[in-house]
Amino acid sequence: MYIDPHAHMISRTTDDYEAMAKAGIVAVIEPAFWIGQARTNVGSYRDYLAHILGFERFRASQFGMQHYCCIGLNSKEANNEELAEAVMEILPGFATKDHVVAIGEIGFDEQTVLEDKYFRLQLDLARELDLPVMIHTPHRDKKRGASRSMDIIVEHGVKPERVVIDHVNEETVQEVLDRGFWAGFSIYPHSKMTAPRMLEIVRTYGAERLIVDSACDWGVSDPLSVPKTAMLLTESGVSAEDVRRVTYANALAIYGQSGQMREEDWTKAAPVDQREKYAGNTILRGGQSPRVEDARN
Amino acid sequence: MSQQADRPLSPPVTREDVEHRIALIGAWLARRIGAEQQQWLRDQLDRIGGEGNKTALAMAIGLAPRRLGSALLALDASEAEAAGGQVPGLDTRDWTVDQVGRILFLLASFDGDEAAFVQRLETVQRDGELGEQIALLRGLALFPAPVGLMGIAGEGIRSAMQPVFEAVAHRNPYPAAHFSEPMWNQMVVKTLFIDSTLGPIQGLDERRNADLARMLVDYAHERWAASRSVSPELWRCVGPFAANDYFADLLRVFRSGNAIERKAAALAISECPTPQALTALETAPTLWRDIRAGRVGWDDLQ
Repeated sequence: MYIDPHAHMISRTTDDYEAMAKAGIVAVIEPAFWIGQARTNVGSYRDYLAHILGFERFRASQFGMQHYCCIGLNSKEANNEELAEAVMEILPGFATKDHVVAIGEIGFDEQTVLEDKYFRLQLDLARELDLPVMIHTPHRDKKRGASRSMDIIVEHGVKPERVVIDHVNEETVQEVLDRGFWAGFSIYPHSKMTAPRMLEIVRTYGAERLIVDSACDWGVSDPLSVPKTAMLLTESGVSAEDVRRVTYANALAIYGQSGQMREEDWTKAAPVDQREKYAGNTILRGGQSPRVEDARN
Repeated sequence: MSQQADRPLSPPVTREDVEHRIALIGAWLARRIGAEQQQWLRDQLDRIGGEGNKTALAMAIGLAPRRLGSALLALDASEAEAAGGQVPGLDTRDWTVDQVGRILFLLASFDGDEAAFVQRLETVQRDGELGEQIALLRGLALFPAPVGLMGIAGEGIRSAMQPVFEAVAHRNPYPAAHFSEPMWNQMVVKTLFIDSTLGPIQGLDERRNADLARMLVDYAHERWAASRSVSPELWRCVGPFAANDYFADLLRVFRSGNAIERKAAALAISECPTPQALTALETAPTLWRDIRAGRVGWDDLQ
């Protein structure tokens, strides 16, 4: 069993869902983020949040997969102040919905004043709502951006053990772990962080608080990064226990702190039974044999 | 609204009605949740009723499952009777405590302004996560401004998500009471199209009509042309309108179908207004006798 705790499924096809399910991924976390083009009004942002909480979760269920969300205002669109203000108003209503496991993915993109402002406001919101936080670290000027992010998190009274610093690499991992945060590694096919490099990191730092994800989106990315990385680690002699931690157990531990993600969500999910279809939180059980026909209707 | 042209005017839902329903639901919950949960419930009702606070309503609705739990409501006989007295046809057998809490919050937000209430519900539907949408749509028959809610019901049956669609279509008195014939027909055909089931649709038999029969027979022909199976349930809405053309289709299923399909065809044929129907049924005397005696009905198709 694997968890992919960072996957923008809104951009992925049903082929991906089928492949992920077949490869053993039982749960995905989809963080709110920017999409291909900038959103220009709060209406489309709101519809997007509703979409990842609603239809995308339903789509995942058609393939037997549990789907959770992080809710937040991303760093790029924080630079549109009018949009940002309007989004901040609607966030509390969305962040308190079922299956929201964290505020995220928030943090820095270019490290502007506006990004800083809305980052801090959302850390306060996370603290008020007692939610974990998913942090996006910038791809440019990453080391300084990551470091600043961690300073601000601590400044706003959010505990490091409630925070995943994502898109970590060799340059940032030491500080992330030393300061008590969880370290997320987004495994891409060629760029940023790859599976062989992940292997070296696990060998160096051990499996404690390390989390593998795919961060798959519209760009070149691989929705099977987590199981493929697991396979490479196993073949290279990493213990089964450590592989399980970095590709399943650690993600469950940190995001499970929200109370909105439990192992029984997928281990106790029975095949679709018409009589059970309406009972509370069991409505969206995926079938053991996903019916692609239904997903297309 | 042209959609309402062929439905009788529904009795208006007054503020008093809403207050009775709030009390009714409050009583159900009082018997099922603990003291701390009762307090949380009261706090939310205060915040919602007081300032007309949009965020307060959204958060109360969002938090309902984790604060109140998702246990089945399971009304006892007298509770169910009282509920039916308030809202004829109300069927709560699949409802859960959190769903009922969400419906309660929405009822509590009503201050007499019907247009504002409808807008508030539209917001819940637009922004609502799956569970919230299902609760909203299940509660349709309980809310004020029933005619104003038609847009919301329409969006519900347009949903691409089966459980949302079924929250309107199944065990819900609202469609039979309010949908125009075209809307009703779309709902029934879509139910079959998405592999859901007709049985739980309230008013299914009462609202059968010629146009629906035509759409369903066309759909059956489409499936057969593609060498695909036709749900035996489909014929339930065809029987009373199967004079000449459709009768041939019923005969086809009656003669060459499997056991379940034969039963369905026989039931449909037993409602055919044509003398050939009797001739056909007499070729299966045992089945025909069981149908006449009420031992075989549409609920017995499994």
